[in-house]
Amino acid sequence: MRKTSGLMFREARDGYLFASPWIIGFIMFYLGPILATFFLSFTEYKIPLTPKWVGLGNYFSLFTQDVQFKVSLYNTVYYTIFVVPLSICGSLIMAMLMNRNLRGIAAYRTAVYLPAVTSGVAVALLWMWLLDPSIGIINYILGKIGLPQPLWLQDEKWAKPALIMMQLYYIGGNTMVVFLSGLQGVPQSLYEAAEIDGANWWYKFRHVTIPMISPIILFNLIMAVIGSFQVFTQAFVMTQGGPNNSTLFYVYYLYNVAFWWGRLGYAAALAWILFVIVFVLTIIQLKFSGRWVYYAG
Amino acid sequence: MRKKEFDLIVNAIYYMLLTVIAIVFVFPTFWMVTTALKPTKDIFKIPPIWLPKPPHWEIFREAWYKRPFNTYLKNSLFIVTLDLIGVLFTSSLVAYSFARLRWPGRDIFFLITLCTLMLPSQVTIIPLFIIFNRLGMVNTYYPLILPSFFGGGAFNIFLLRQYYKTLPTDLDDAARIDGCSNFQIYWQILLPLMKPALAAVAIFTFMSQWNSFLIPLIYLNDERKFTLPLGLSAFRYEFEVSWNHLMAASFLTLLPCIVIFFIAQRFFIRGITLTGLKE
Repeated sequence: MRKTSGLMFREARDGYLFASPWIIGFIMFYLGPILATFFLSFTEYKIPLTPKWVGLGNYFSLFTQDVQFKVSLYNTVYYTIFVVPLSICGSLIMAMLMNRNLRGIAAYRTAVYLPAVTSGVAVALLWMWLLDPSIGIINYILGKIGLPQPLWLQDEKWAKPALIMMQLYYIGGNTMVVFLSGLQGVPQSLYEAAEIDGANWWYKFRHVTIPMISPIILFNLIMAVIGSFQVFTQAFVMTQGGPNNSTLFYVYYLYNVAFWWGRLGYAAALAWILFVIVFVLTIIQLKFSGRWVYYAG
Repeated sequence: MRKKEFDLIVNAIYYMLLTVIAIVFVFPTFWMVTTALKPTKDIFKIPPIWLPKPPHWEIFREAWYKRPFNTYLKNSLFIVTLDLIGVLFTSSLVAYSFARLRWPGRDIFFLITLCTLMLPSQVTIIPLFIIFNRLGMVNTYYPLILPSFFGGGAFNIFLLRQYYKTLPTDLDDAARIDGCSNFQIYWQILLPLMKPALAAVAIFTFMSQWNSFLIPLIYLNDERKFTLPLGLSAFRYEFEVSWNHLMAASFLTLLPCIVIFFIAQRFFIRGITLTGLKE
């Protein structure tokens, strides 16, 4: 009895000790800014002036008066609904293709990862040029093979699909790398056992691969939802939210409110609404994860 | 040998498929390089010139020496090396604690940890700046390096925790019976099995720090302390800069990322160690 409680005490002590870098880091670098943002969301705060308490005023005007808030939320949800499934399924397929132990596979993995490496501002500019209706190479190729040539980023109907399609270029990126590292952890013996039982590839995929990497799938899913709700750079560099607000994404709107209009209190309120939405979605995913995620143990 | 022929054909088809995919994915980067090799008058020609003849390799050299890119490179390397050391050690230790040790408040704190990813950084950036400003750390590298030594952020902790959870706990139990301390289990038993995940974390840390733009922009004022992305951006706003030079400089700054990925990805080979334990 005494021995077990001693063990438990040692485990808890080591637990706190090993987690302490993050506990301290969290308090230093995250807790303060988070609380400050929370406080600011109840104030009217234009940068050189001091914050003025307005209670729920910011939240009230967001829900009752702000049309751009609703548009940006709609655009972001639309984007998320397409991008998350596309990127999760696409990355998993890509990871499985790249998981064969073939000669030269390193070069292929590097090739599909390239778009993720080149994700800076220069590349966003490059994409604008590739998608340009008159001097862009994409419409040049579409024209050559006799397909219609949309105006892409200059057309209200095509701007969002264009940005979603661009995201397909990143299925060989970080999400794939996480899947790839997950696939390495699946013991070969399980596949061998399944083969002895006469399992085909689908059975092995469905009943060995998926359960064994399910904690990794959960990670990618949660991160994809969080990331896609925070889509920003493309709108910032390529479209500035246009045409006609069709790519006005939530965080881009928030950025404009904060750094263009200088309304930090209002921007903080926007941030907290986004936080609540993403938090609820994450909790739902964690709750349901018990049904399909398998933890070795 | 019919089976052998069949395998050969399957492999050939596989390689063809991979090659087609690779061509599609390499295209933007290829376009970057080919643009860098063109004289200014040929850049926007339609139909496009796929491979300029002759290629103007000197544009790379010109672009690199238009600004002190050598200094930027040294700064970026310094920052990213320290970040890698900090993140790899602390995030794996913290994740081990979350995944394997039981302590009161652990699950709640894990949820709070995830919450730090959910507030867009565009809003927390200002309060954070105020903190570093109070600490007198503006225009130093501390704001870019310190967070890496304090857990390396929720993304890496969450990723490694999930990966620990795919490893059987029998390993820990067996080691504990043999008298291993918790730290020894982490360091000697589990960490060697985490290589694929650690390689992934190393890649992400390298890429995100190497390409990080907004954070260094906010904290660094002195041009001698600039990192590569800041240098590149300053370069972009110089009026005489043309597309070919911009693309050349961009490509040169991302070359190390390609090399790092190529090296790190070889850790994505199937772990051999796990099979011995399975009953």
